[in-house]
Amino acid sequence: MSFYLAIKEVWRNKGRFLLIASVVALITTLVLFIAALAEGLASANREYIEKLNGELLVFQEGTQLSTTASRIGRGSIAELRRVKGIEAVGQVGFSTLKLVPPDGGEDINVSFIGVEPGMPGEPTVYDGQQLMRASSNNVIVDEGVVARLGVKVGDAIRLKVTQGTQEEFYDLTVGGLTDRRQYFFQPAVFAPILTWDKIRPGGDAGDPSADLVSNIAVVKLADPAQLETMKTAIEQNVKDVEVADRQRAWEAIPGYAAQQSTLTTQQFFTFFIGVLVVGGFFQIQTLQKVAQIGMLKAIGLSNWTVGWTAIIQIVTVNAIGVAIGAVGTLALTANFPVTVPILLTGTAALTTVLALLAIGPLGGIVSVFVLLRIEPLRALGMAQ
Amino acid sequence: MIALEAINVTKIYGTGANAITAVDDVSLSIKRGEFVGLVGPSGSGKTTMLAMLAGLLKPSRGQIVIAGKDIGRMSEGKRTKFRGRYIGFAFQANNLVPFLTAQENVDLLLRLNGKFNRQGRQRTLDLLERLGLSDRLQNRPGQLSGGQQQRIAIARALIHEPEVVLADEPTASLDTERAHQVVQTFAELIHEQNRAGVMVTHDLRMCKYVDRVIQMMDGKISRVITDAREISRLAGAADELDGGYVARTNGKPALAGDPMVAVQGI
Repeated sequence: MSFYLAIKEVWRNKGRFLLIASVVALITTLVLFIAALAEGLASANREYIEKLNGELLVFQEGTQLSTTASRIGRGSIAELRRVKGIEAVGQVGFSTLKLVPPDGGEDINVSFIGVEPGMPGEPTVYDGQQLMRASSNNVIVDEGVVARLGVKVGDAIRLKVTQGTQEEFYDLTVGGLTDRRQYFFQPAVFAPILTWDKIRPGGDAGDPSADLVSNIAVVKLADPAQLETMKTAIEQNVKDVEVADRQRAWEAIPGYAAQQSTLTTQQFFTFFIGVLVVGGFFQIQTLQKVAQIGMLKAIGLSNWTVGWTAIIQIVTVNAIGVAIGAVGTLALTANFPVTVPILLTGTAALTTVLALLAIGPLGGIVSVFVLLRIEPLRALGMAQ
Repeated sequence: MIALEAINVTKIYGTGANAITAVDDVSLSIKRGEFVGLVGPSGSGKTTMLAMLAGLLKPSRGQIVIAGKDIGRMSEGKRTKFRGRYIGFAFQANNLVPFLTAQENVDLLLRLNGKFNRQGRQRTLDLLERLGLSDRLQNRPGQLSGGQQQRIAIARALIHEPEVVLADEPTASLDTERAHQVVQTFAELIHEQNRAGVMVTHDLRMCKYVDRVIQMMDGKISRVITDAREISRLAGAADELDGGYVARTNGKPALAGDPMVAVQGI
């Protein structure tokens, strides 16, 4: 009976219910967009670190896990390699410079990352070759660069660096392509560590006598299960270093936590607005139907039936709205240009949709309680 | 056979100094196949009485017995279920579910009672045809006149074969001609289907279709008319006065305008 009445009413008042479903759809779109933006921005910030082929990152002590402030020299690397339980150590250096498009468009900011060939930190290519020598001019570019420049293996790319007040240009060859490995909101170019050291702003320009200083070291453990033990072991055996796992490292990226908490707050507020809108609609509808509900109770419909009818309607309308919003958002995000930091992952989308399906009807619950309290006598104007 | 019985029923609203006795020690019984008009001026207690007979209101004292069960002693949930099974209703207004068609509104009581089958559906069609609504089956209440809506309400009140059929001012929103049509059909169906019917009305002209008139005044039964000629004269007198209980003084029927007074000498 509840299902029959609920669906009949929705079907016979399609316009009214479609209106509220549209509002729910818009709220869903907004919530999903915020979720996608949060994920996109987070991903743009941490993608490289998240996908690192090593469990631990070693920073200079006292630099608050800042990749730009930290300096790790060859001496520390040698000490790290002597720690028992470490399978491999790779130096990784970060800098930002510009990629000059061959067709003369605007320069593209890229994260220029120096890695040791064959060591942790070097991304795996899906096309082309891994880096061969520590000083070669072959580089690996991520899909962000491919999407922006359309480069393929064997193509030349030109990097622009400002050394002091001088602009310098370096021509490198794309030796391999890797999946998206953005860092600090920029697509990434991976060069052998010596090449990176030569090109980066303020680098040693290939001075063979200078110590090769990277920003961090990436450590691959013999047994990844010993993460906590190895962190302690490294900090005890290597001077002046601080060790973090990948998650702690990306959470320490400047602005990362603040940005994520802002977006999460926005998401919660949008959820809250959704609850209020759905609640308001059904509350108004309930108030309009007091006499009708009173009549139904008078002719024998139980509170249970009346309550379930309302709940089925609330859940149905909310679900239709969420479905429309979700499908629309998925279609929209799939067509966004790669430069927009919108990333709707299956998990984020599913979590958000499930949350909307669960939270949306909460607002309508108030109207169910109002329905249950309607007295047929009063509703029919027969009360004294 | 007695279908409905009220035994020493009293209803008091409020407590202490604010207590108002709306119905005061009223007893009545109605047989199957009998159609009773419950009349009286505003504030006489007839609506409160009907609400108690319907199980919408618990009496402060006394018993309401329908189908051998004292509904005043039932829980709210049980009374609701009981109403759906044993009582048929036609109200003054807001009778129908606006988003259901005429046929669906009548079928609603069949669904509620688990009788929505081929036979039940056929009974709906027959009843609506009997009420002259065959061409309005798929219309929703908003597309129907007041009289048509009231006839659908009557069909719904009868479709599930209840023990008792109650109507609260069923002609209040109808013009005279339609009011007569509706109540006449209502009375015919109650007699044909052997139900016990109670109609609360202000309009004494409608009494011409009932078997017994019970007048209430100040919460008590002030008069009962069972003689058909007397009822007919009452309705006739009301007809001349264009209704009944229209001329009132200090909350009570004025002598000059009271059809009950007009037929006093019968």
